[in-house]
Amino acid sequence: MNIFILNLIKEYTYGAGYTLILLLKTVIQIKSFFFKKNEIIHQMYIAGISSLFVVSIVAVFTGMIMGLNAGLGLKDFGAEGQIGLLLTITLTREMSPFMTALILSASVGSAIAAELGTMKVSEEIDALEVMSIDPVRYLVMPRVLGFSAMVPVLCVYSTILGIIGGAVVGHFQLGVDYQIYFNDVSARIASVPGLKDLYVGLFKGLVFGVIISIISCSHGLRTTNGAIGVGKATRESVVTSFLVVIFFGYVMTAFFYR
Amino acid sequence: MEPIIEMINVHKTFGSRKILKGMNLRVKKGETMVILGPSGTGKSVSLKHITGLSIPDEGDCKIFGKSISYSKEKIRKEIRARMGVLFQSGALINWLSVYENVALPLREHKLASGKELDRIVMEKLRWLDLVHAKDNLPGDISGGMKKRAGIARALTTNPEILLYDEPTSGLDPVMSNVFNELILRMQKELHVTSVVVTHDMQSAYMIADRISFIYEGEVIFCGTPDQIKESSNPLVIQFILGETKGPMTLDHSEKK
Repeated sequence: MNIFILNLIKEYTYGAGYTLILLLKTVIQIKSFFFKKNEIIHQMYIAGISSLFVVSIVAVFTGMIMGLNAGLGLKDFGAEGQIGLLLTITLTREMSPFMTALILSASVGSAIAAELGTMKVSEEIDALEVMSIDPVRYLVMPRVLGFSAMVPVLCVYSTILGIIGGAVVGHFQLGVDYQIYFNDVSARIASVPGLKDLYVGLFKGLVFGVIISIISCSHGLRTTNGAIGVGKATRESVVTSFLVVIFFGYVMTAFFYR
Repeated sequence: MEPIIEMINVHKTFGSRKILKGMNLRVKKGETMVILGPSGTGKSVSLKHITGLSIPDEGDCKIFGKSISYSKEKIRKEIRARMGVLFQSGALINWLSVYENVALPLREHKLASGKELDRIVMEKLRWLDLVHAKDNLPGDISGGMKKRAGIARALTTNPEILLYDEPTSGLDPVMSNVFNELILRMQKELHVTSVVVTHDMQSAYMIADRISFIYEGEVIFCGTPDQIKESSNPLVIQFILGETKGPMTLDHSEKK
């Protein structure tokens, strides 16, 4: 049992170290940004456009669920008209970056881990190394940059859809007028705390993007043991991304709103 | 003549499995050395050490007189620039067409562009009879074509050393012979030094200048094809004849 725990600790420590070194190497390779711009745009397309549908559905329903729950609670105090304000704060500050990160981790992050894992077990990564082509420059950097650039964009998109979802529920189920709702929303966003929420939300999106993409690449590049290994790498990349995103989400909230 | 590929007393262990136990190999310039032996005895691991993808626990691998195992990355890249490798499956990048795969080293190292790049790539594709498949993705071509595309890619930088990992595995006898002739042709026309890992006896006899027979992580026989045919080593005899009974155990890869 003790050996099992020691091996587990050893494995996690190695994984964390490998991922941090990979991040450092990726940062160094940003110098090749221009040479890899087409690949980065392609990765932006994969992260952004291909996950647009699922992000849209989840964002609208999250806004509707949050709006309904908050509205029903506030109705007891006759304050259901405040749901626009409440949703704007919650979505910009916390929910949109978190929700977008989890969706992208499960859809695009897992695909990155599986893709690189398959390349690893089919010797394509070895082939790149033998040709003196740095896998970090060729594979990791474009994925991390493309993915990280798209998460904040999708955060803004999901915030807008969430707010619209809340407006629809507020109007049809709580009787909140659209004009009052959107006046509250725009007043909050234009205010100093509202702008801070927006910038913090975008920053969180960017950090989550880096975390998910680098963890996915790290798990992919460390894949061994054929098809079973690819499955394991994919699953572990999603689980690790979730845990690290939650942890850093808390750290950033504590840092900015303490 | 000084060897240009040397494995000197290489030991390698993966977990509890000792794969190489003092592997020694010397390949001279222009020579085709076939590494022969049963599965799991360290043939492909030896090749990984020669490419520097694997670092020995003990011993050294020298290419062109320089250690590829312990040199800095810059030296390792210089050595690898003079070397081409054909992996067992071809190891083509699956989202690039055959043409783009062959052009990859030239593009990434900015060795050629435009018409010059096109000329080099088309020359290699013609050489390997792949012009008709140049726009196909690796998933759309046969195993033999993938391997030929892998050779074309390895040849784009005009390497002095070519390493082949099981070039005829998974191919029908006709295609295997096409590959054997191709390896012979490359040695004759391009004067490359080759190391071929295989357990295909017919292929080994056809292409080898010398054959090294590996068993349990070390070379137990090294000689010309004629010499191996006359070998009195019972392990070699059993392998050549493909007999199930003899000193060779089926679980040799598990032994420590």
